[in-house]
Amino acid sequence: MEMLGFSEEHNRAIIRAVDEAVSNIMRHSYHGRLDQPIEVYCNRLQRRTNGETEQGVEILLFDCGPAVDTTKLQARSLDEIKPGGLGLHIIRGSMDTVQYKRAGRLNRLRLVKYAQSSTGECGSTEEKPQ
Amino acid sequence: MKISARRVDKATILDVSGNIDMSNSPEVRKALLRELREKGVTRVVLNLTGVAYIDSSGVASLVEGLKASRESGSRFVLFGLNDSAREVLKISRLLKLFEVYDDETQAIAS
Repeated sequence: MEMLGFSEEHNRAIIRAVDEAVSNIMRHSYHGRLDQPIEVYCNRLQRRTNGETEQGVEILLFDCGPAVDTTKLQARSLDEIKPGGLGLHIIRGSMDTVQYKRAGRLNRLRLVKYAQSSTGECGSTEEKPQ
Repeated sequence: MKISARRVDKATILDVSGNIDMSNSPEVRKALLRELREKGVTRVVLNLTGVAYIDSSGVASLVEGLKASRESGSRFVLFGLNDSAREVLKISRLLKLFEVYDDETQAIAS
């Protein structure tokens, strides 16, 4: 990640997002079963912004669980102080792009982070599912 | 993850080390609620100096501690957060809700 220009803060954000995503798959897609597969792929990305090339990383997570009810992918309001339901906020706040897609019999979660992006409260961009 | 309790004046300090994640966050929750609800301690201080990483389930345990302290009229104070812990609380919009200090001296004196 350092080779792509990611800062320590960015590295932590990516690790946090992937950890939360895997936890969500284990908890919600596999209902706590530990013998189910999760495939993780990492790809290098580039984009042109204001004439400059930005390095990025795309992380794809696949699981074989049932299709996710996309209406449940809406993160809860943070105005109410209560435990739980924070994982999706943390993923979105850590990455630039978070996309879910049903791909055949698989769930696919796509996470993208660019090296020059900012990390912070509500820093993610939600793209339309492909 | 390890968690131990000690008394300093009227406060209980919970020293935590290791990662707080979905495998052990119930232990943190249990320790916090034991002090705040069962023992009725007026000030619980969570020492996170030895904690490298907190995930969403760990944050949820801290929120439970915060709620319990508000319900019981006691105080729940954090100190020793590293950058990772601060970031996850900030993203969750919770950082400003907690009393956070840099070190134990400040947390006790607060």
